[in-house]
Amino acid sequence: MAASETISTASRSEARERAAEYLIKRHRFRLRETLPWLVAIAVYFVFPERMTFGSQVLVMVMFALSLDLILGYAGIVTLGHAAFFGIGAYTVGLAAARLGWSEPISGLFAAAIAAGLVGFITGWFLLRYRGLTLLMLTLATAILLQETGNLRSDISGGYDGLPGLTFKPLFGVFDYDLYGHTYYLYVLAVLVVVFFFVRRIVYSPFGQALTGVRENVRRMHAIGSPVHGRLVTVYTIAAAIAGVAGALFTQTNAYVTLTVFDFDNSAKVMVMLILGGTGRLYGAFVGATVYMVLEDYFSKLSPTFWQFGIGLVLVLAVLFTPRGVLGLFESIGKFFPERKKP
Amino acid sequence: MRKFGWLGIAALAFAVGGTAQAETVKIGVVLPFSGANADLGHQIDKAFDLYIKLHAKDIAPHKIEIIKRDEGPPTGAQAKTVATELITNDKVQLLTGFVFSPSAIALAPVVTQAKVPMVIANAGTAWITNLSPYIARLSFSMWHHAYPMGAFAFSKVGCKTAAMAYTDFPPGKDSTEAFKTGFEKAGGKVTEAIPMGSPVQVPDFTPFFQRVKDAKPDCMYVFIPSGAHATGVMKAYGELGMRKAGVKLIGPMDLIPDNKLQDMGDAAIGTVVMGNYAVDLDNAENKALNKAWHEAYGKDSYPDFMSAAGWDTMHAIFDTIKKLNGKVTDGQQVIDAMKGWTAKGPRGQVTIDAGTRDIVQNEYAMEVIRKADGKLGVKVLGTTPSVKDECKVLKLGRCGS
Amino acid sequence: MPQFAIIAVSILFDGLAYAMFLFITSVGLSVTMGLMGFVNLAHGAFAMAGGYVVVSLTRTLGIGFVPSLVIAAVIVGAVSVVFERGLYRRLYKSTDLEQVLLTIGLAFMAIATATYLYGPIPKSVPLPDWLQGDVNLGFRNFPSYRAFLIVLGFALIAVLWYAFERTNIGAKIRAAVDNRRMAESVGINVDRLFTLTFAVGSGLAALGGGLAIQLFGLSPSFAVLYLVLFLIVVAVGGLGSLKGTLVAALVIGVFDTGGKYLLSDAGGFFVYAVTVAVLLVKPAGFYGRE
Repeated sequence: MAASETISTASRSEARERAAEYLIKRHRFRLRETLPWLVAIAVYFVFPERMTFGSQVLVMVMFALSLDLILGYAGIVTLGHAAFFGIGAYTVGLAAARLGWSEPISGLFAAAIAAGLVGFITGWFLLRYRGLTLLMLTLATAILLQETGNLRSDISGGYDGLPGLTFKPLFGVFDYDLYGHTYYLYVLAVLVVVFFFVRRIVYSPFGQALTGVRENVRRMHAIGSPVHGRLVTVYTIAAAIAGVAGALFTQTNAYVTLTVFDFDNSAKVMVMLILGGTGRLYGAFVGATVYMVLEDYFSKLSPTFWQFGIGLVLVLAVLFTPRGVLGLFESIGKFFPERKKP
Repeated sequence: MRKFGWLGIAALAFAVGGTAQAETVKIGVVLPFSGANADLGHQIDKAFDLYIKLHAKDIAPHKIEIIKRDEGPPTGAQAKTVATELITNDKVQLLTGFVFSPSAIALAPVVTQAKVPMVIANAGTAWITNLSPYIARLSFSMWHHAYPMGAFAFSKVGCKTAAMAYTDFPPGKDSTEAFKTGFEKAGGKVTEAIPMGSPVQVPDFTPFFQRVKDAKPDCMYVFIPSGAHATGVMKAYGELGMRKAGVKLIGPMDLIPDNKLQDMGDAAIGTVVMGNYAVDLDNAENKALNKAWHEAYGKDSYPDFMSAAGWDTMHAIFDTIKKLNGKVTDGQQVIDAMKGWTAKGPRGQVTIDAGTRDIVQNEYAMEVIRKADGKLGVKVLGTTPSVKDECKVLKLGRCGS
Repeated sequence: MPQFAIIAVSILFDGLAYAMFLFITSVGLSVTMGLMGFVNLAHGAFAMAGGYVVVSLTRTLGIGFVPSLVIAAVIVGAVSVVFERGLYRRLYKSTDLEQVLLTIGLAFMAIATATYLYGPIPKSVPLPDWLQGDVNLGFRNFPSYRAFLIVLGFALIAVLWYAFERTNIGAKIRAAVDNRRMAESVGINVDRLFTLTFAVGSGLAALGGGLAIQLFGLSPSFAVLYLVLFLIVVAVGGLGSLKGTLVAALVIGVFDTGGKYLLSDAGGFFVYAVTVAVLLVKPAGFYGRE
């Protein structure tokens, strides 16, 4: 064998080893990753009277997380993500109201499947497009779903929705209470499961491929990566997770109306995610929490003017922290030299 | 001697004022203060503030503490969070406000569980009061206006046939269903029902109205959410010359909100509506309200049916506080005290029905005219007294549950 | 005239008036997005601002409706230059998302400001007599205001077409839309061109906002409520294309009006169904560039 071939074989396997090591290292937990979970649990003890609000924040975190998969990792910009949230919300709502099916956990699975299915079908057709075209197509899809719901408002309840939904106690034991304690922990638990699932995906070779698509789709095509297939897969998963968020929304509110499909919803979650920082997994946590806490604070302070405040925060955020709050932390973090392993 | 005198006075004071221990009643006000519907919230809020200011001494020595929160958009979610926290954190004894039906609907299970009375100042879906025994309503249901309008339109306005056009959301469907029931019962015939898009955006009404105009019914019954839609309706109606073409415009009073009537111009003259309030209503309480309103908010500001409902809501709450001597911690007691409450208000005699906890009030058939001073106003054509919510009387659909 | 012909003409007339409004308000957005690739979601806010300026001019200063429209367009156009130079310029190299976020933030601030200054109650404008009432075309009467919209629309189309196709500046704009780098290398000052285009586009949006008051009423949320509609017109027509915006406005306007007249149950369906149909077949819109 020629010397160059031996060397190249060796260096090839070395490169493979390094690549594998890199991927494995990413899967390992860093200490600072426990922070958001500690905060979430701390909130339970420090603010026991804000649990209803807390549950809504967690639902939004999950929703934003699902958007991060497609927006942050795959680079797909969509204005219709509320469609999947709405499908999940209505699956649970209709099951409880029309079919009398009110077991919460199975409701989550049903919502994930329903939303994922719609995500798969629409994704397969729509993900061939990009830019403004995709924005308008996804937006139109969400609105068409909403209009269909209104057309058959005898089933959906229209904008007055499905009232008075009741759900069986969790595992037959834990019931909903006025203070929302049970549901906060329930949503948190589901969020933990969903989050680690997403984390697994993102740090896997599949996740790498997604980043590749986001950064340079032409090259991905050139190396033979099944781009469309990958995109549809991640879109389906994101849709399913958004569906779970929607289902939790209905369960925690015991009520759902067609407004879950509103363009407002899609826009709000996108703003939350960008505020926190896309493509960073925890951006969803930071962004959703910051946005909802600010909204809550401003609307109590001066109900008429929180809109101005949020607008101002957005403008300042874009001008001074373009990579979101987490990007800001990263920039600060760069000041501290990284500890290298010997 | 002096010492005993002092004691004597103390004893006297004790005897006289002993039972009237001053209570502070915490009331949570949930209204939309931001977003597209903020003007609706403000109309009611202004009425609340005005009533409280003018009548604070009525419940002395007790005091009212108002905590206001933003109802948010008509999705129900924000209202539910906000009101739940009013109950659990701020410990309000009573909730009031609620412009949107979804807010009240979402909250019903919560007030039942917490046993806190919810006194609705606007939300109009008929079956809301059935959702919880702690709900009382001082405003209206769609059926209050629409059902009597049906009979009136047939017999007094000369409508033998009518087309219905409505904004495509539950109040629109309710209102047209109510009108149809009343109209057809009286002998009329409804030719078609045209949905006109969602309540969020004001649509271009022209194509819908053109279609009705071409079909030439005697009358067109229109339901739209009060506000910007009303002006759009009147503009389209006028531009298409529908009155000249022989199609009369009828509807609930949402068609001619008082604070927009002046802008509607000549196109509005001749419109016949059925409602529970108009600025021009001729009774002592209304005159007093208008005077106080102009003094407080300027001569260009007018109360409307929402303000009148807000006024009566606060009146009912105040009377209940007086009746229970400031002790309003037992929700069941409060609701029971409200049942059967009746008083004269700017809308005439209003009563809270003991059975349904919904409002019983007069409905006035009114026609838009140009008054002697040049402004647009209404003339009362007829009064149907003590109208109940017919949906619950007939037990139709959800109203029967 | 046979009934169906009358209906067809009604739909065409009403649809045309609606389309003119859409065109006037959206053309600025299309050209700026095509020229600079800048996603300006505050465009609706400029339209709203124009509307409120018209309200103030007519109600407080007593200026006539039509002069107010012109003044409002000029004022908003001038003010938009301040925004472009001071704020937008920094984000030309940024991602679409950042532009979206910034302009949405500006839109929110604009809405809150309008609420503060004018209150949330929808406003209307006093119209001169010749704009109220009907125009009789023999077999039917048509509202004068809508006829005015159509005439104004045609006039603007003619002016814009001439400016685009026959003047130097128009040629420069077209060149810059086609290939920005090439245009710059030939010595065209694209930055200044963009400021001019942006000002004109925002001025037109303000004009559209003023015209919309009579059609839809004006409230602070106008800025976002109708934004989706403008984006649809721009997407369906194709970015940076005058012809595209016009065709899209016509299609959307007529289909929406026709749909409402003939199949009211379907409601807003038509607009979105048409959007999806067009974009699936021609993703860059009618006259857009791939």
